[in-house]
Formats: sequence, structure tokens, C-alpha cells
Amino acid sequence: MYKLNFNEEMCFACKTQDCLVRCQHLDIDQNTARAEMEKIINGEDSFVLHDCVTCYACEEYCPHGNHPFYLIVQRQDELGISPLPEPLVKRGIQTGIPFRGEPEISEIKGTALNMGVFSNLMDHVQGKLFEGLPIMSHDPRKMFHYFCQLMYLHYGKTSLINERLVNILETIAAHKATELIQFHDECYGTYTSYAPAFGIEVPFKSIHLFDYLYHKLLELKDDIKPLNFKVAYQRPCSSRLSPDMHPYVGKIFDLIGVEQVKREYVDENALCCGATILGQKKEGSRRYCVEIQKKNIEDMKKAGAEICVFNCPACMQTLGMPVSKNGIMPLFMSDLCRLAIGEKIA
Amino acid sequence: MSSILNALMDIVGEDYASDRYEELFTYSKDLGTSEPQWPEYVVAPKRVEEVQKIVYLANKEKVAIVPLGGGLTLAGLALPLKGGIIIDMKRMDQIIEVNEQARYIVVEGGISHGAITAYLHKQHPHLMHSEPGAPPAATVAGNIAIHGQGDLAHPYGFNTDMINGLEVVLPTGEIARFGSCAVGSGWYTMHPLPDLGFFLGWNGTTGIITKVSLRLFPYKKIREMDVFSVIDEELVPEILYELSHLGLSEDLITTSAAIPPMMNRIHNTSIIIAGDYEEEIEFKRHMIFDVTLAKYIHSGVGGIGAVSMERARPTISKSADWKKGGGFEYVGSIMPVSSYPECYRRGAEISEKHDIPYTVLGRVIGCCHAMMFSWFYAFNRADPETVRHAREALHETDEMVMEINGTIWKPAVFGQKLMMDRMDRTTLQLMKKVKDLLDPNGIMNPGNWEVK
Repeated sequence: MYKLNFNEEMCFACKTQDCLVRCQHLDIDQNTARAEMEKIINGEDSFVLHDCVTCYACEEYCPHGNHPFYLIVQRQDELGISPLPEPLVKRGIQTGIPFRGEPEISEIKGTALNMGVFSNLMDHVQGKLFEGLPIMSHDPRKMFHYFCQLMYLHYGKTSLINERLVNILETIAAHKATELIQFHDECYGTYTSYAPAFGIEVPFKSIHLFDYLYHKLLELKDDIKPLNFKVAYQRPCSSRLSPDMHPYVGKIFDLIGVEQVKREYVDENALCCGATILGQKKEGSRRYCVEIQKKNIEDMKKAGAEICVFNCPACMQTLGMPVSKNGIMPLFMSDLCRLAIGEKIA
Repeated sequence: MSSILNALMDIVGEDYASDRYEELFTYSKDLGTSEPQWPEYVVAPKRVEEVQKIVYLANKEKVAIVPLGGGLTLAGLALPLKGGIIIDMKRMDQIIEVNEQARYIVVEGGISHGAITAYLHKQHPHLMHSEPGAPPAATVAGNIAIHGQGDLAHPYGFNTDMINGLEVVLPTGEIARFGSCAVGSGWYTMHPLPDLGFFLGWNGTTGIITKVSLRLFPYKKIREMDVFSVIDEELVPEILYELSHLGLSEDLITTSAAIPPMMNRIHNTSIIIAGDYEEEIEFKRHMIFDVTLAKYIHSGVGGIGAVSMERARPTISKSADWKKGGGFEYVGSIMPVSSYPECYRRGAEISEKHDIPYTVLGRVIGCCHAMMFSWFYAFNRADPETVRHAREALHETDEMVMEINGTIWKPAVFGQKLMMDRMDRTTLQLMKKVKDLLDPNGIMNPGNWEVK
């Protein structure tokens, strides 16, 4: 049984209650925020547990690194408060069940790229930037053995994550890689934020994809030709678990000669893609999802973005088509970097 | 060389008639669990006059003929159960006329649905026809010979409800036309002439369909698949009823399957919507999810599984690969929509008994007037034991359909017999009289719909 490392005293002593006061989706003043957090800490019901859209942002807003979002989800789990309807929870839980045999465990020396549950996106990790890098979870039939499980934060299910993560870690550890470049923010967040917060031991070091790409681009600096595009970056929810990696977005853009457009919904004020809000039980969720997607895309257009850069496949799946219908090209960050070094992308 | 083969070659040319073992081998097979049945000849005519001559020849020689389209029924309906000549119709694949204003297309019976879709997409982008869930190689005549349904089943019914005219080579060789084309007025309606509907759904036992006029419908620029999911199968009929009352969908299909696990014991209704404008699409999403289905979402028993997905053809055939061996066959039935829960439960039980992961699908036909419900059974083609299990499961399902007052759709011979055993005696005798009248020598696809 893993216990969340949440410092209650620190939370009670907090002078800002930024976790809830800064929430983009709930209108909460500081006094209400304090009172509701107290209820949540004490294991009592709170409207926050019902109205939270699970955007992860409070993890970043907390000035003390005190994991308010993990606490909210844990309480949702304990009190049986699910943001999503029952069929979507069941479907989600079953999605993570491996069903096409056991993975082949091959020993990896040193560093590897972990595709997690996105083995079908190998097209986006090609070329010089990834040359010679061993790949873990390259077979879509076996990818659920490498599924970091963090998605279940959207489902109010910390217990499920904790239960399954042990097996996932065992599978990954069996490859004996010492360092893993995580293709997805969600995996990076799992192994560098969530697992330590719950006292789950992680037997390897994680490297954020952007950290890796930036340093690899530095090595290939002579190959870079400035792209001169105006770009917007669609920040994924799980990047809120690793805000220290977010500056790499700007550093990569500077390095490859693209201009990050000036937007309202950027950095800490970024809007989520809406994928999880769409199906939530709360009345008006679908319309709210449509509304924030519209606000997000209008903001990109107003700022003059030609390209919308994604790191998260779920964001790409949700917003890729709508942004392209609005004349903005959706691209994965890895593909944008490949263009900068003169490579063709799939 | 036999005199029949010589005669066939005289009719169609020597490249298009054969009795060679390797070619007969291909035509002896069906993709389902049926045992091979060998023809003696195979012939591929190009023109209706050639079909007519082949039929005259067959009558003269008293040899069976079996018209073949795409060969995709899986139920062995175009296997030569009593030998004879397979008439492969796929060379009769011409598009004869498209009337954009009156929204119909006249085609030869051997054309594939995929070819029509491709042609319309290119030449008449505002029009579409109802394409069946079968692979695109399914032919038009083959599909209406089994009363197929397609992706416009919800608003417009069976594909055979969308026919404006027919040309048929009768079992005695005469060429007959039905609908307004019979009086030389064009191919725009089947009505109001006296009904002579003896060819649709007869599995090619009453004639060979050589031309068809199909109704076309508006093809909207934007088309998407949305998905609504529930766990409780009892909710499916009322959800389909409410969606059909709303009337904004082109197609409504509910599926559930043991594999992949995300589908297991969950019922996912695909709701296909189309529109020419984004605003139109968003209005439809709003009416479907925020109004009609909102009560299920807020109470937590139903959820939006997906929106704005690219419309996908049913990928049920993938179920053949989840285990091993690539084979599958299904029982289709026409049922009241209210039977969905029982159909699902009984099917899952039969699947479990035979150690086959269950896969079921229900497609709404008309405004919830009926549903095509099907049960899929996968097997390993290289393992006779799994084939036996699948065959037994299919037979048990046929019996179950009868037991719960359903009607088997495109039944194999086993299912045909079950239906005829229960059929009203007067109706059955009328079928026999019609068959005897049209086909006095009993040469047309014998063994199918055979009234003793």
C-alpha cells in the first residue's frame, strides 16, 4: 500500500491557496479554497472533487510542490467520486489490460527510448536525432506492458495506478536500461513525479524528450537551418508534473529558428486539449470542452501561428484535426526538430 | 474437351470459360466454415446476351448454374451444392447511367460497391449510395440477392428498399425488366406497377440479376463517427429508439466484443452524422449528446466514447485474428431492436461454450423498425477442431434466433431449413409454385431455398 507524501501542515499554512485559486476551470476565492482543501485533507466530500476537470495544473500552481492534484484524485478514489461516467471508467480500465502475449525482454545497455503505450508512433522517432538509440516498447501488440498508467488520474483512480505500476516497472526493469528517454510527458511525469510522491521506487533514471532533443540538436547544430515558422505549443496536462522541463520548449524553438507566437493561453496559463473534459459527467462538459478548444485555437490564430506543436499523442488526436481545419499545421515536436535538420518527415 | 465447355467458350470466348482444376479449386471454396463444393465449369460473361445463352445451354443440358458475385456471404450461398456451372458475374461491371437530379444510378449487376463509391466520389461528389459493411468487392446484385443492408440503413432501410428498377435473366433464359424501365420510362422508380418481386433475397434461385437501378442520396462534405458507450445492455434499445426519434444519424451500429479488452461487456453505439457545414455538425452533436443522451451521461450510466472520429467501416473481421488462424463466419438475423439485450447475452453464452471470444453487432434498419443483429465466430482455418466449434456455434445460433422469434438473415442451408420448417405452409407452397413456374428444370442454384 503506497501512501501519498502530502504535507498537510504546509498546506494549512499556505498563504496563497494557488492550487485552487488559480484553477482555470473553477471560480474559487481564497477563503473557499482554504476551506475546501481542509475538507479534502480531512477525507470529507468537497465540490472540488466533483467539479475538478482533472487538468493536472494545480500540481504546477502549488508553490510548495505539495501534490494537491494527487490528493484530489486520491480522495475521489476513496470516496467513489468519478469525474467520468461508469462505462468510460470501465473501458479505460480495460484498455490497459495486455492481451496479445508477453513482451520479449532483451537486455539494453545504458540509455533507451521508451515509447510506452505509443509504439504505433515510431514514425515520429526516426532519423539522425534518434539514430542508434535502442527502443523499448516498439511492438504495438505488447505496448500495454509498458503503459505508465498515469492516464487513470483522469479517472479518479490512484489505487489502480499504484496496483498496476509495480508490474510495469518490473517489465521495464527487466530490460536493465539505466536511463530512459520518455517519449511521452505522461511517462516522464509518472517516473519523476507521481512515483516518488507515492514512495514507489523507480529503478532507472528518466530523461524528458525535450531535454534529449535539445541536447541532440546542439550536437547537430551545423545541420540546423532556421525554419522561420511562427509556432504555438499545445502544452499537455502531464507537463504540469514536470514544469522544470517546460523551458526546453523555448530553448528548442530558439535553436531551430522558429518564433513562438505571443499568446494569452501559454505556459502556466495554457489550456488543456479538452480530451478528458469531453466525456465527463458534469452537466455541460461537452459544451465546455468545445468552448475551451475554440478559445485555444482562436488564440493561436490571433497570434498568427502557422504550426501547432504537440508532444502528447492524445492532444494531437484531439486537436490535430481542428487546428488543421483552421489553417494551422499540427506537428509533433520531434518532427519539427527533424525538419530543422533538413530531414523529411512521414 | 467436353461439349459444354466448348459451348461455353463459344459464348464468352475461350479466355472466360474453364474446367481446369486450379480454377475450379478457387470456385469450390467459401470464406466461412462450409466444406468445399466443386463446380464442373466456371464461366465469366460480359454481356447480358451471353448470360442468356449460358442459361439456354444449362436448360438444354439440364446442368445446374450458380450466379456468383463477390463470393463474400461467408454462408456458402454461392457454392455449387449440386455441381454444374458457376457464372462469375464480376465482368458485368459497367455504370450505365447516373441521373444526378433524380438521384439514381443504373449499373450492371456484377459491379462492386467499392467501384460505385469511387466513381461517385470522383464524378458526382454530392451523391452516395448505401454501401454494405462487407468488403468493397461485394457486388450489387450479390448484395440484393441476400437482402443486404448498408451504411444508410437507418434512414432508408434494406438496400433492397432502395431499388428503382431491375433487369433479370429468368431461369428459362428470357430477359425481363421490372419498374418504370419495363415501360420504357427510364429507371427512376419501381412503383406503381404490380409487384413482381420474386428476385430479391432469393439467393439467385429465381434468376440472374443483370442490371440494377439504385437510389442515390445526398453526400455531405463532412462525415464523422461519434460513439456512445453503456455497460447495461438493457439500455441499448431505448438509446437507439431515442436516437432514431431524433433522426439526425446516417447509421447507428452497436457493438460489443470480448477482445480487445476495452470493448468487453461494454456496448458502443457508433453514431454516424454528416453535414455540409461545421455548424451543422456541431448542432447535431449538441442535439445528440447535450439534449437526447444527456440524462445517461449525468447519471453516469452512459458516456461519450468518442467524437469527430473518421467514419470507419465495421472492422469485425479483425476478430478473426485475435486468436489465430484468420477464419470467421457469422449468423445474421433481423430482429426487433428490443431484442438486443437477449441477443447479446445468448450470443456471449454460445461463444463461451465454444471457447470463442464473443463479438456481436446490431445495426438499426429503418427508424428502429428492425435491427440486423449478428454473432461472429472466429476459427483457425488450419485447425479442424476450431472449425467444428465455429460450425456448431453457428448452428446453435441459428436455432436460438428461431427460438427468440427472430428471422435469420442470408441463412446457410442449415438455417434455411430451420426457417422453412417453421414457415407458414401456404407461404411455403407458394414459394415452391413460384420456383417451379420460373425454373421448371430446377437448374438455378439448387440446394438453396429448396422446398421439398
